[in-house]
Amino acid sequence: MENIQQLIVPTMSEMMASGETPDILFWVGCSGSFDDRAKKITKAVVKILHACDVKFAVLGTEESCTGDPAKRAGNEFTFQMQAMMNIQVLDGYEVKKIVTACPHCFNTLKNEYPELGGNYEVIHHTQLIQDLINTGKLAMKDGGVFKGKKITFHDPCYLGRANNVYEAPRELVEKLDAELIEMKRCKTNGLCCGAGGAQMFKEAEKGNKEINVERTEDALETKAEIIATGCPFCNTMMTDGVKNFNKEGEIQVLDVAELIATAADL
Amino acid sequence: MISLILFAILLVLASGFFTWNMMKVRSNILLGREINRSDRKGERWKTLLLVAFGQKKMFNRPIPALLHFCIYAAFVITQIELIEIFVDGLAGTHRVFKESLGGFYTFMVSFIEILSVLAFIATLAFLARRNLLKIPRFVKSELNGWPKLDANLILFAEITLICFIFMMNGADEVLYSQGQSHFEGTGSFGFSISSLIGQWLFGGLSIESLHLVERIGWWGHILMVFGFLNYLPYSKHFHVVLAFPNTFYSNLDAKGKFSNMEAVTAEVKLMLDPNADPYAAPAADVVPQRFGAKDVADLTWKNLLDSYTCTECGRCTSVCPANQTGKLLSPRKIMMDTRDRLVEYGDGLRKNGKDFVDGKSLLGDYISEEEIWACTSCNACVQECPINIDPLAIIIDLRRFLVMEESKMPTELAGMLTNIENNGAPWQFSPADRLKWSEE
Repeated sequence: MENIQQLIVPTMSEMMASGETPDILFWVGCSGSFDDRAKKITKAVVKILHACDVKFAVLGTEESCTGDPAKRAGNEFTFQMQAMMNIQVLDGYEVKKIVTACPHCFNTLKNEYPELGGNYEVIHHTQLIQDLINTGKLAMKDGGVFKGKKITFHDPCYLGRANNVYEAPRELVEKLDAELIEMKRCKTNGLCCGAGGAQMFKEAEKGNKEINVERTEDALETKAEIIATGCPFCNTMMTDGVKNFNKEGEIQVLDVAELIATAADL
Repeated sequence: MISLILFAILLVLASGFFTWNMMKVRSNILLGREINRSDRKGERWKTLLLVAFGQKKMFNRPIPALLHFCIYAAFVITQIELIEIFVDGLAGTHRVFKESLGGFYTFMVSFIEILSVLAFIATLAFLARRNLLKIPRFVKSELNGWPKLDANLILFAEITLICFIFMMNGADEVLYSQGQSHFEGTGSFGFSISSLIGQWLFGGLSIESLHLVERIGWWGHILMVFGFLNYLPYSKHFHVVLAFPNTFYSNLDAKGKFSNMEAVTAEVKLMLDPNADPYAAPAADVVPQRFGAKDVADLTWKNLLDSYTCTECGRCTSVCPANQTGKLLSPRKIMMDTRDRLVEYGDGLRKNGKDFVDGKSLLGDYISEEEIWACTSCNACVQECPINIDPLAIIIDLRRFLVMEESKMPTELAGMLTNIENNGAPWQFSPADRLKWSEE
């Protein structure tokens, strides 16, 4: 049972009103804000940030889609409109550093905003958590709940191949004292979950199989008890894939942030 | 004397025809739009050395990498022997460098012979992989017809070339042992392979026959080289040349970064600028560029260079999630279609002048909408390509044309885009509810 306690989530405007400047902006993203499953990931991140006394804030209602799905779908107009408006907001608050739990937001903010005038240091939540643990701000309990459990990590394309972040999430899984088992296709060879490139928002083209089913087979082959991911879209696709095989009872799909928050008893 | 003239004529014809074809290829590639790939020179040279010269990415698949490396090494090192063939051919000498290079000459030719044997074995293995083992990526539908024949022709040509080398060196070895070689003296050349198999292959032949075999080997070798060189611009095998410039001009940015459309930036800035005059007439001399790509001339020159460089190995397609799950998309086909259309379009332009229109286009006549909408933009194809070809960049530019010029896209995507424009999220949620998660 999830403890029903209201999280304290400061917004940039509140911070500004009280004359404070946060060290980092938590970019929640559309999935993290609206998708019921992804909201849990968002909350896990917030719990970790609080536990480590990170001075952070969110944009709240001032946040808007980064424009990633529009750009991947080929609509540069919609993308740039979103980007320019977001940059105005971010620059208005003089944001320097951004953390996000969505690799699509991460990639767009990090790589595609600079040419439109938005220059920020952007990190993925797994990188931030890795840093918090390595600097001793977040202590993991000995013999945590995941000790000895078999966990496999699914590389999100926009974190891995797109931005060469492969080690941060893996290091976190190892911090759990868990057994990290790689799928046959991993890291640079990792197979997409099927949601990238705006596929999340449409039916797949005609074929003989769904991509997330193909990927779930890779995961099931490892006999892992948990599929760890670092992307809300991958999470949805893998969860659906597991349901497709009626394996919900045997294998869980969890974000790395959720694993860490649970292990740290937050 | 006649053979000297014949050689000189062949040399001029072969290099002339090749140059003419290269100019055509160059002008076709330059039909593409501008993109800056001349920055970061140091990093570019490093990429060329590692990826093209060092074949770094090939070794992700060790077996074909090793086989390919044998042929590649033999190909590169044999170029040294070619220098001697050119000098001998033009000056009427025989093994002109043997005297002066001495032991090093023996070492070089021996090295070439060993590599040639390895290349021979590798080529047989490649033929088997294509025709007997039927490795999945070699039997996909886009290879039916000419591409399949092209691949086999190259492998047969390689085998023939190697046979000529051993006819040349083997027969000369026997002649030399009998004091009849055009190289003065008697004994053994001591080349690693031909000194072993020369006697065994040609030992029983008469002096005239041996001279004939030696000449067939020599002329056969050089004719194959000339022929092969001029076959390249028509073949997938062009990668032996273009892999080097193509890796030099690689995309050095993060793979996730898609190109920024500056034409759109200008318009969006105008829309967001409260001081802009909405009725201002656009500058008269500016011809608006098409958004995205409908045909090859809308792509960048690097996309077009990519298409000529592709050797149709199919690694991209074998890792494509869409292709693996039975969708129509094949990144290799995207590259093959781009090249085929570029050749057709370029020929049309040269024949009919710069206003040439044939009513055809890359999108529609070669690549279908179904193919490009199946892409997940996962970058697996880009990651996998051993010579840094980027099929994804072409797919995205084709999507841009469809969406921004034609408003054609799957209906769900139209809905998604409307949602972003109306409520700042790809789903229909109110922006006012963005922080509700914190209260739940």
